[in-house]
Amino acid sequence: MTDLEKKDLAIRATKVRMGIIEGTHAAKAGHPGGSLSAADLFTYLYFKELNVDPKNPQDPDRDRFVLSKGHTAPGLYAALALRGFFPWEDLLTLRQIGSHLQGHPNMNSTPGVDMSTGSLGQGVSAAAGMALAARHMGKTCRVYTLLGDGEIEEGQVWEAFMFAANYKLDNFVALIDKNGLQIDGRTSDVMDSGDIAAKLRAFGFEAMEIDGHNFDEMEAAFQKARETKGKPFGIVMHTIKGMGVSYMQDAVEWHGKAPGDAEYETAMNELNAHLAELEAK
Amino acid sequence: MSDIKKMATRDGYGTALVKLGEEHEDLIVFDADLAAATKTGVFRKAFPNRHFECGIAEGNMMAVAAGAASMGLVPFASSFAMFAAGRAFEQVRNSIGYPHLNVKIGATHGGISVGEDGASHQCCEDFALMRSIPGMVVLCPSDAVEAEAAVRAAYEHVGPVYLRFGRLAIPVFHDENNFKFEIGKGETLREGDDVAVIATGLMVYEALQAAEALKAEGIHARVINLCTIKPLDTELVLKAAKECGRIVTAEEHSVVGGLGEAVCAAVAESGIPCKVKRVGVNDEFGHSGPAAALLKQFGLSAENIAKVVKEF
Repeated sequence: MTDLEKKDLAIRATKVRMGIIEGTHAAKAGHPGGSLSAADLFTYLYFKELNVDPKNPQDPDRDRFVLSKGHTAPGLYAALALRGFFPWEDLLTLRQIGSHLQGHPNMNSTPGVDMSTGSLGQGVSAAAGMALAARHMGKTCRVYTLLGDGEIEEGQVWEAFMFAANYKLDNFVALIDKNGLQIDGRTSDVMDSGDIAAKLRAFGFEAMEIDGHNFDEMEAAFQKARETKGKPFGIVMHTIKGMGVSYMQDAVEWHGKAPGDAEYETAMNELNAHLAELEAK
Repeated sequence: MSDIKKMATRDGYGTALVKLGEEHEDLIVFDADLAAATKTGVFRKAFPNRHFECGIAEGNMMAVAAGAASMGLVPFASSFAMFAAGRAFEQVRNSIGYPHLNVKIGATHGGISVGEDGASHQCCEDFALMRSIPGMVVLCPSDAVEAEAAVRAAYEHVGPVYLRFGRLAIPVFHDENNFKFEIGKGETLREGDDVAVIATGLMVYEALQAAEALKAEGIHARVINLCTIKPLDTELVLKAAKECGRIVTAEEHSVVGGLGEAVCAAVAESGIPCKVKRVGVNDEFGHSGPAAALLKQFGLSAENIAKVVKEF
């Protein structure tokens, strides 16, 4: 990837982060922490990896993305808006009555959302079902799903992983946002998931661990995923929850709390400063 | 009527899947290690490439089916009623019902007639659970002929459908050459104005027998088969309420949340003066035993329906 491409992605990721802050601030609710940790991934997916068309969001041959950790919808919505699936201003209607932007993704209300999710552990199964169906129908599209590292405590996740490996779904990529925090505290304290990549391999996946804020590493991982045949692919992304907003970084209280007015100002000032810095490069 | 052919409604499910499979390439079947028992095994044999085993993981199976449906396939996800409606309730609610995906849930071994396996496998709560999901169609065929027709109608319906089938071989009283089925439409099997017995599943044949016995005592019972538990054929139910003034519901399900309560709600809200009594499992768990003996013991019989009718 060229430096220019990386700069472009970094700028867009910063805008996605601003969208997360704008949306959750306007909603006075929502989940900024895990949205921010995955903001770089959302950006990479929608601007580099996924074969999708905002003008034809229901294209039957498009790649699918299932946000299994559905509570981080503000991040997905910001990326979709930035990619042109719907107006950016819609982000300010997040969680309001009449808005197409539900608290958790709704495939029937929001253009670009491929599966309704929110109940943890279910999106990954739906994504596996999509991958199986795509292969059965002779489609070459690929299916991606993003899980939280807390979410993988749900047993159904491992049922889905077994299923994906059993059916050798090499069009299926499971991404795990390992930000190390969940509502009740550090994931290692609440329910230690140990070596996730090793567990994925034990379940029959090809797996890689990357820095979830590094676009070069994402590119390499997705490239390897495409080259891997006969196995599903897992990417464990080491991330920082709340990434990009100083007081939210690695702070458990920002899992599911919206910024107030003063906090909003601080966050937007930081992100605007970062944006100016990137654009000046 | 003792030499009437008997067959389980789950057999009608398997037969219908094979027939539909020949007609429709987009029909696929998921199973959770129960293909032999759910009778989807015959589909697997006919179309091995369109049958997908999910292993003993019903929750995953339901969400997998939802994903496959979102791609344009028409999946039938099969398990026992206890696990399809019970264990996987939340997956059905959130991954199938909420997005209104085109998944058909083929739930066999519903009710107490599961028999020897006992209470853990005798699901008498599935109507209640599935009725509570917005947009879910709930079907419970009364014999193998109706089962086949219901499976076909479920395929043709766009949206989620829950189908409840039984394990026990029961009388096949519908004429397969002259049977029309429509989701949401009840079937009046016998006319009468003294009382209406509104039944579903294997209780329909019991209701017919009860009506025959009551006739000897000068009581003319109307018998209505409601295969569609949801959406309820309110028109037919209220017509019965108006014309008969007394209704007995009969279902192989808990009296809590099933057909009986659906009928009670419709009648109560209509303002039509009509008394309703419910025959069903009286808010208790079953236990092991031969199916026929259990049905008798729990009052799921023609004799009990007739008895309840006479208690008005």
